[in-house]
Amino acid sequence: MSGGHSSYTPNTGIEKWVDARLPLPRLIYDSFVAYPVPRNLNYAYAFGGILAIMLVAQIITGVVLAMHYAAETGLAFNSVEKIMRDVNSGWLLRYLHSNGASMFFLAVWVHIFRGLYYGSYKAPRELLWILGVIILLLMMATAFMGYVLPWGQMSFWGATVITGFFTAFPIIGDPIQQLLLGGFAVDNPTLNRFFSLHYLLPFMIAGVVILHVWALHVTGQTNPTGIEVKSKTDTVAFTPYATIKDAFALSLFLILFAYFVFYMPNYMGHPDNYIPADSLKTPAHIVPEWYFLPFYAMLRAITFNIGPINSKLGGVLTMFGSIAILFVVPWLDTSKVRSAVYRPWYKLFFWIFVANAIMLGWLGSRPAEGIYTILSQLGTAFYFGFFIIIMPLLGLIETPRRIPNSITEAVLAKTKSGGQPAGVAAAPETKG
Amino acid sequence: MSAHDTTEPTRRDFLYIATGMAGVVGAGAFAWPFIDQMRPDASTLAVSSIEVDVSALTPGMSLTVKWRGKPVFIRNRTPKEIEDAKNVQLSQLKDPIARNANLPSDAQATDADRGAGKGKENWLVMIGVCTHLGCIPLGQQGDFGGWFCPCHGSQYDTAGRIRSGPAPENLPVPPLSFISDTVIKIG
Repeated sequence: MSGGHSSYTPNTGIEKWVDARLPLPRLIYDSFVAYPVPRNLNYAYAFGGILAIMLVAQIITGVVLAMHYAAETGLAFNSVEKIMRDVNSGWLLRYLHSNGASMFFLAVWVHIFRGLYYGSYKAPRELLWILGVIILLLMMATAFMGYVLPWGQMSFWGATVITGFFTAFPIIGDPIQQLLLGGFAVDNPTLNRFFSLHYLLPFMIAGVVILHVWALHVTGQTNPTGIEVKSKTDTVAFTPYATIKDAFALSLFLILFAYFVFYMPNYMGHPDNYIPADSLKTPAHIVPEWYFLPFYAMLRAITFNIGPINSKLGGVLTMFGSIAILFVVPWLDTSKVRSAVYRPWYKLFFWIFVANAIMLGWLGSRPAEGIYTILSQLGTAFYFGFFIIIMPLLGLIETPRRIPNSITEAVLAKTKSGGQPAGVAAAPETKG
Repeated sequence: MSAHDTTEPTRRDFLYIATGMAGVVGAGAFAWPFIDQMRPDASTLAVSSIEVDVSALTPGMSLTVKWRGKPVFIRNRTPKEIEDAKNVQLSQLKDPIARNANLPSDAQATDADRGAGKGKENWLVMIGVCTHLGCIPLGQQGDFGGWFCPCHGSQYDTAGRIRSGPAPENLPVPPLSFISDTVIKIG
């Protein structure tokens, strides 16, 4: 896709025949075999590949689950129980799919934090970043609608609360909610369309992922130093170096995934969702899935009116805004230095930001009262303050550390102090 | 196009724009049924009114019925509850609008305008969906003796008016009429 000319040479007659008609093998070779990647990528860079695998895993398990699921309010809950009890290996497929969603989000949060830490969003990778945020939004919509399908109490009331967000908007709010629900409350039309869209959206995600990878291959990957690739010694070939590293990271990730599936498959779920949906009884405690908790905490943090905006609309705008602000991150960060490695103050605030996000997640699981509300408000203020105040300001006042001239120089300086012979690191592709 | 030196729009420019606009209008018209099908369908709209026999409700008793997929609380209030609600000043209310579909939209949230009309003040009929995010409040709980929403802690008084918590509005009163002394038509 990029990197100038192609290094693919068809050897056999069949390969030449195909290459002259549809050069797909050439595209794959150039993108995933010969493609040059920075030589200093660490394991934080493995999550892109892990996410691609998770998307495929969710689609495969989802397609087979759909063969046994009935999207009808009278049947949905029982059809899921039938999958668990009667369908051959149904329990495994469903646990893979439900825990797979959690693992998918675990990987995407690490992937996003990695981007924030190493400044991956900066020019010329703004579109790459924006496409990523679009994928995140699609993932959130997909996960939300998937959670509604088992038609348990949390499914029903989660759907009620989340579609209720739209009623916060004056005038257009109620018609929008009715358009989403297909009625005046969550009911059969809602379940049907959510199933349809839950099946559709992953393929839209796959489409945007193709654009995301395309944009990545135009600009090339970032790396922990944040220095652009300058010479051939700065890179290694995608295969075998990145392929093996990604495969090893994926193996570890899948072990964690398997641990949840086989030993604590309901740990990340909620017991109330094993009670069939009841439209006349709200569970005592409505909590979203763990990966939405920080946003839920921010929604509930706005307990006061802001001028003409009442607390309900304020909460909804805050929650949507917490995602929307990611779109403009490339322009909020004014620093000329890309990586946090060379930005001592940014590094500090980044880790506070991570701790704050985890705290907000914990607060989202607590009842909205007393000290929890106050902490949520402080956490929300820091979340937005990080993007709106700290990011633009730090770029202007921070003194970055000295940046090496090239990736190779940075790697050699590191290995020298580590006591390894420099030659090994200087040309790893030539050593066994 | 670019071959022309003149900046004057030509007939061809006009044709391009007209063709493009016709295409946009056509695409919009074609998209409409795909959006339209998502709106509440005929069978959902058909159950727009129900009749409820309330003869069994003595003061202090409540009944929850389902209307348009939502719960509707019908309560025969005790004299004390009515008295409590009447003693509340409008200035104490978070939402001073009656939210009563049977009254003008600017009617004030006095107890009389929240109840089911003259001589029927003891009857309180409201859609039992919290105006915050749609949970179902629990009856006769909370600091105001009315309804309490377990989700985010909104509290309503004995006339179903929001008194504390994140909910912005009073519980709405649906369109209703008494067909006889003991039968209420909702919708």
